[in-house]
Amino acid sequence: MESQRVAYGETLLEIGEDEKIVVLDADLSSSTHTIMFGNKYKERFFNMGIQEQNEVGVAAGLARSGKIVFASSFAVFIVGRAYDIIRQSIAYTNLNVKIVATHAGLTVGEDGATHQMLEDIGIMSGLPNFRVIAPADAPETRKVIKKIAYMDGPFYVRLSREKVPTLLNDYEFELGKGILFKDGHDLTIISTGITLSIAVDAANDLKAKGIDAAVIHMPTLKPIDSELVSKYAKNTGKVITVEEHSIYNGLGSRVAEIIAEHGTAKLKRIGVMDQFGESGPGWALLEKYGISKENIIKKSMEIIR
Amino acid sequence: MNIEEQKEIKLKANEIRTLAIKMIYNAQSGHPGGSLSASDILSVLYFKVLNVDPKNPEWSKRDRFVMSKGHASAAYYASLALKGYFPINDLFTFRKLGSILQGHPTIHVPGVDMTTGSLGQGFSTAIGMAIAGKLDKADYNIYVLIGDGEMDEGIVWEAMINAPHNNLDNLIAILDRNKYQLDGSTENILPLGDIESKIKAFGWEVQSINGHDIEEIYNAIKISQNKNGKPKMIVANTVKGKGVSFMENTHEFHGKAPNKEQYEKAIKELETEREKILKEGST
Repeated sequence: MESQRVAYGETLLEIGEDEKIVVLDADLSSSTHTIMFGNKYKERFFNMGIQEQNEVGVAAGLARSGKIVFASSFAVFIVGRAYDIIRQSIAYTNLNVKIVATHAGLTVGEDGATHQMLEDIGIMSGLPNFRVIAPADAPETRKVIKKIAYMDGPFYVRLSREKVPTLLNDYEFELGKGILFKDGHDLTIISTGITLSIAVDAANDLKAKGIDAAVIHMPTLKPIDSELVSKYAKNTGKVITVEEHSIYNGLGSRVAEIIAEHGTAKLKRIGVMDQFGESGPGWALLEKYGISKENIIKKSMEIIR
Repeated sequence: MNIEEQKEIKLKANEIRTLAIKMIYNAQSGHPGGSLSASDILSVLYFKVLNVDPKNPEWSKRDRFVMSKGHASAAYYASLALKGYFPINDLFTFRKLGSILQGHPTIHVPGVDMTTGSLGQGFSTAIGMAIAGKLDKADYNIYVLIGDGEMDEGIVWEAMINAPHNNLDNLIAILDRNKYQLDGSTENILPLGDIESKIKAFGWEVQSINGHDIEEIYNAIKISQNKNGKPKMIVANTVKGKGVSFMENTHEFHGKAPNKEQYEKAIKELETEREKILKEGST
C-alpha cells in the first residue's frame, strides 16, 4: 500500500529544480504533500491561505507569465469553490496550469460528505482544453505528474487520501490510453482511479466461478480511450464500469456514450448513486456504497445471465 | 507633464470615447457607462505610461495591463487599436459573429494580457503576474483596472489580503470609482463606504484622485511606481458615462446601446468636446 499524495509531493520535489515550476496550495500543503516541494523551493512555493479562488486566479497569472504551475487543494474545494475561475481564467485561456486535487471521492473517510467530492470528473470534463486524469496508484501518479509537467495546457489530476495497493509499477502512462490490466473474453470491467484493485480482485474471484473477465484501467477520463472501450465492448458484449464518483457524468457515463454510439454491448455502472456520502473509514464507505468486489461480482452475474 | 502632452492625451481619451460609442452602437450591445468613465485612465496608461510594443505584443519585458472590469471592452479595444495593435477598422467587428473582438476581452486579441469578464478574476490574475515578475526579478510593472461594482466579489478581497503579504510593489491597481453598477448606485446596492480606508487597512498604499484629470492620473501613477514593498491602489473618482450628458451619473447605460437619436447626440457632444480640447492653449 502506498499513498498517491505522498507520491505527488515526492515527484514535485524530484522535478522541482526546474525554475519554471511554481507550486500553490491553500493551507492544505501538509495534507496534499506539496509542502515537500515548499520546504526545499521556498521562493517558488506559495501557501495562499484558505482562498481557493485567488489561488486559481494567481495560478493563471503565473502561467500567463511563462510559469509551469501546480495548484493543489482538496478536490471538493479547488473544483467546487473555484470553478468559475478555473473556467474563465484557465480553461478558456488554455493556460499552463495543472490542478492536482487530493482527497477525491468517498475514501476521504471520516471528514464526511462535506469533504467527499463525487462530481469532479463530470465538472472538469465539461471544460474545453482540460485533460482529466485519475491514476490508480502511487507509481502511476509519479508518471502522470512527470509527464504533464511538460505537456502544455491545463490538466486536472484526481488523487485519493487513502493509501492504495500498488499495481502499476511496470506500466507506462500514456495520455488518452487505457491500460489492459488483464485480458478476458466473457465480460469487461473498466475502472478509473483507485478502484482498480477492487476490479482486479473481483476478476480473480470471477475466474474461480468460470467467468473470464477482462480488466481495463482508464487513467485518462478526457480524452478517453474510446477505441479500447469500443473494442472490448464488441469483443465481450458486456461491460461493467467502476468508479469512486457519482453515477452521473463520470467514467460510467462516458462509457455509456461510447457504447450507445457504437451499439455493441450491455452495460452496468457501479459508482455512487445520486446521493452524498457520510463519515466512516474510507474502504468501508466504498463497501457500503456498492463500490466493492461483491457488487462487481453480483453485477457480473446479472449481466452474464 | 506639459500642456501639449496633456492635450494629446485628452484628445486620445476623446477618440477612445468616440470609438467606444461607435462600436457599441454598431454592435447594438455593450457597456457604454463604464467605458466612458475609464477612458481618461486608459488614455494615460496607453499613451504615457505603459512600456509596451504593439509590434511585439508578447514582448517578455513589457508592462502588463489587466482590464479586470472586462465589460468596458469597447474602450479597451479602442485604446489597443489607437495604440497600433490592430487596425481601427477591426473595431467595427466588435461583438459580431466570427470577430476576434469578443464581447469581453480575451488573450487571443493582440495586446490583451488576460481574458476577463467574470468580475474579480482579472484582479487576482494580476497578483499572479506580479508574483511572476518578482520571481524573475523583472523591471516591468503590472497595472490592473477594476470597477467599483466589481469590489462586491469575494475574490477581490482574497486577492487584496494576499498582495501586501507578497510585497508586490510592482502592482499598481486603479479603481474606476464611478459609483454605479448594473442595477443602480453602488451605495444603494452594496455600499463600499470609505473604500480608501478599507484598502489601506489591508496594507496597500492608497491615493484618491480625480479620475478625469490627466495630470492627476499621471502623477498618481508615477508616485505608485515607488518600490517600497507595498502594492498600490489609486482610487480614481470618476463619472459613470463621462462625456455624454445623458449617460452621466446613471446606471441606465451600464449595459445598453444607444438608439439612433441618442447615438447622434452622443457623437455631437464628443465632437464639441474635441473642438474644445483643440482650442486649449492656442491663445
